[in-house]
Amino acid sequence: MKGIAVSTTVNGDAVEYVCHGRETLLDVLRNHLGLIGAKEGCGTGDCGACSVTLDGELVCSCLVLGAEVEGRTVETVEGLADGDKLHPLQKRFLDGAALQCGICTPGFLIAAKALLDHNNNPSESEIRYALAGNLCRCTGYDKIVRAVSAAAGDMRRQQKAQVKRRATK
Amino acid sequence: MRYESPDSTREAVALMAGAKGYAFLLAGGTDLLVRMRGEFIEPDLVVDIKRIPGFQEIIRKASGFSIGAGVSCAQLGRNKALVKAWPGVVEAAQLIGSDQIQGRCTIAGNLCNASPAADSVPALIAAKAKVVIVGPGGTRRTAVENIVTGPGKTSLGKGEIVKAIVLPDRPAKSGDAYLRFIPRSEMDIAVCSAGVSLTLGTGNVVKQARVALGAVAPTIVLVPKAAQAIVGTRLDDAALKKLAAACEAACSPIDDKRGTVEYRTEVAGVLARRAATIAFERARRKR
Repeated sequence: MKGIAVSTTVNGDAVEYVCHGRETLLDVLRNHLGLIGAKEGCGTGDCGACSVTLDGELVCSCLVLGAEVEGRTVETVEGLADGDKLHPLQKRFLDGAALQCGICTPGFLIAAKALLDHNNNPSESEIRYALAGNLCRCTGYDKIVRAVSAAAGDMRRQQKAQVKRRATK
Repeated sequence: MRYESPDSTREAVALMAGAKGYAFLLAGGTDLLVRMRGEFIEPDLVVDIKRIPGFQEIIRKASGFSIGAGVSCAQLGRNKALVKAWPGVVEAAQLIGSDQIQGRCTIAGNLCNASPAADSVPALIAAKAKVVIVGPGGTRRTAVENIVTGPGKTSLGKGEIVKAIVLPDRPAKSGDAYLRFIPRSEMDIAVCSAGVSLTLGTGNVVKQARVALGAVAPTIVLVPKAAQAIVGTRLDDAALKKLAAACEAACSPIDDKRGTVEYRTEVAGVLARRAATIAFERARRKR
């Protein structure tokens, strides 16, 4: 079978790969690009363990074909930290023990980031709805919801401090 | 499997019309990829329509809103003018799946997947939406209710592609609503559902109405008798009772793990009453 050559951007880096028509973006990330943060849980869009953003839109990478991604922008959990500095969500997930086995965590982090990108002060109910597409069989969700809420607070404080610093310059 | 992403409708139509073996259109992929991965289908050709100019746009014209076949339901929810004009259609579209699914799924795909439980379709039928179809014979338009002929089956011919779904312009004092019943608050398939769209005349009397029910028959059903029950009324209790009775009479559901025949039939009437009340209030508040 002839492969399909794709050029795209993943976590800010230009990447090229050759995939088969049937391969999904998740297959490409894990098997061609070595980005194994996104996981395959169900393969049917129910569990959210494969969540990534595609041109800023939250999607299940198991329901996107690798060939569709030509010229687009993909963000995965590997792009979340700023070098060695963890994203506030990652830090709060660790500090609050919002994970046990960790399989679902990359998906939760990406979905939570997508929420906080357009709502910096979500209510508990908003967080629960936004994470309805992510399943966790260990934590019972409570610690995850609290970690997202705490990270939102951290990010609002960071933003405020930044604005203040700029104003005093 | 061959994957193509043509940049014109003409090319897409030619690919689909000339395809040998199993050819499928790819919009959001939230049904197609699940079926592929579950090995329910083995496509020889997949034609991605999202690179065709205009397919990912919502255009507002004097005659209404034209929603490209590749527009995601998340995109619908972000279009303030559309949400204001057709809140019921948007709320129906936004009930489909999680945020992850919303980022990809489309109302054109929801329609062409031809599920009796499709969430956006009762709202679209109630809204009197039209489908713009391009095919080897040119462009044609038809009502949404003419597309699905049975579970998983459509009236689209070989090589025909849904280009857009058009929501008509309508008088100011109009409102629509969609309700579905599921045993949880998110991420489930409708046990039954109801979409209502109506326009009020002087004195808030219902002038026009359309009522459609989901998951209670092999296809989504338009129920003209339910609409007749409320036209000419101010949606008093007697009218709502008649509406519910007409809806119950239109139901021919299946028995399955999600609901019995009796349950679906009764709840369809209840949902139609409630949706009509919401649509009425939305219309009444408009000037």
